[in-house]
Amino acid sequence: MYTEKVITEFTNPQYVGELADADGVGEVGSPTCGDIMRIYLKVEEDRIVDARFQTFGCAAAIASSSMATRMIRDLSLSEAWDLSNADVVDALGGLPAGKVHCSVLARDAVRAAINDYRTRRGLEPWEAGPCECCGGAGCGSHPENG
Amino acid sequence: MDHAATTFMKPEVIAAMAPYFSEHFGNPSSLYRFAAESRQGVETARRQVAAAIGANPGEINFCAGGSEADNWAIKGVALANRERGNHIVTSAIEHHAVLHTCEWLERQGFSVTYLPVDEFGRVDPADVEEAITDRTTLVSVMAANNEIGTIQPVAEIGRVAHDHGVLFHTDAVQAVGAVPIDVERMEIDLLSLSGHKFYGPKGAGALYIREGTRIESLIHGGGQERGRRAGTENVPGIVGFGRAIELATADIEGHNRCIAAMRDRLVRGILASIPDTRVNGHPKERLANNANFSFRYVEGESILLLLDAHGICASTGSACSSGSSEPSHVLLAIGLPHEEAHGSLRLTLGDANTEDDVDYVLEVLPEVIGRLRKISPLTPSCARIPEVD
Repeated sequence: MYTEKVITEFTNPQYVGELADADGVGEVGSPTCGDIMRIYLKVEEDRIVDARFQTFGCAAAIASSSMATRMIRDLSLSEAWDLSNADVVDALGGLPAGKVHCSVLARDAVRAAINDYRTRRGLEPWEAGPCECCGGAGCGSHPENG
Repeated sequence: MDHAATTFMKPEVIAAMAPYFSEHFGNPSSLYRFAAESRQGVETARRQVAAAIGANPGEINFCAGGSEADNWAIKGVALANRERGNHIVTSAIEHHAVLHTCEWLERQGFSVTYLPVDEFGRVDPADVEEAITDRTTLVSVMAANNEIGTIQPVAEIGRVAHDHGVLFHTDAVQAVGAVPIDVERMEIDLLSLSGHKFYGPKGAGALYIREGTRIESLIHGGGQERGRRAGTENVPGIVGFGRAIELATADIEGHNRCIAAMRDRLVRGILASIPDTRVNGHPKERLANNANFSFRYVEGESILLLLDAHGICASTGSACSSGSSEPSHVLLAIGLPHEEAHGSLRLTLGDANTEDDVDYVLEVLPEVIGRLRKISPLTPSCARIPEVD
């Protein structure tokens, strides 16, 4: 059911762990749903110089968060904000339909970490536009949709 | 390590079936002598099944498997007895073949009580008694649970049902070969069986229906199975099913002793090497081959995939593996928080497993859980498993 890339990313995640001196930390998901992702950012001059993750969840959740941390390294904060869940899915060579929400969670974790960084610096958090996977119609991937 | 999902077929079973594919391929319903061999094959199997559960051969009805048997028992009794009542009592931890059938009946206007279970997954016969009303026509409680292996007090539940003039069905799909079944002593009116759980073929099952029980048919057509279940018999499947149940019930106690010894070593080893682990199910009243764990801070599908990468097959009650949003209804019913239900792992041993297999799981599993706990944000430092170089 998973692509080779998902399995590789899941079995050999590169940037696992906590960043003790992180400049921004984002956590999404809940144990009830079976997915929790936490992303740590180290930021220098508006650029992500280190990104790490911790995930409680299925293989797709671990692979998505691992891929997301891999993709946002060396990006500016606004470039990282624009990382879409589709980018994560593409980089993984596809996800089963029932697992696409994992890529949405990964994107949301990145954005939560960026906003945590911004808030810590007294900046307004950025606002997310309508979800690109459901256009705000409710894809079941957002906490506010239950 | 996933023998509750299915089993391999024993050579004796394959040997018994072999002649019925191309040599004795006649239709048991045909009148000519050539078909008599097929007919005899089916009737021998019927006697073997009856003997295994203390029934009469005429009470054994072959069908396509456990799910059909459950559907047939519940819908058949509910529909045939609807003038008497429209209420069914079952438990919260039944197999979906029972639960979804009951939910379907609810949509047809029947009412169903889903009894809770205790922390070990046992149904209290007193709860059954309390749930029965003058509109109840059927009690359906499984003999042993497929996920956590808990064995139910079947005989007590049967007695309670009969005290109130209510029919009693039990899904014994996981129990046969592990729990001695006697339909008389246990006061069972209907009992579901599936061949591939005890080293028989897939696609072969049976429903025991006590003589005189009012039940509708599900499959209409020809007069097979004495007019109760139409369709040309799956003769090789039935022959294999008969031989398999005969083998599986020949020495239940001895077989259980062997399997339980391995299972217990596995459980002890896992508890000793992996902290923050819980064993789900009943400490004693459980299937000899079943071990079910919750590993805190990690999720079951991840465990399964890493075990699979090491060549170990297992199963989980996590939602992520089934594509549903809720984790196992069984684990939630015994009171597990969602998080621990998501982190569950079922290992079920079978006749092909050896002590070496147990050693191998004990070697691989701590490493797998350790790896996932290292990735998880929930893991406190005390639950990390030191890496061995």
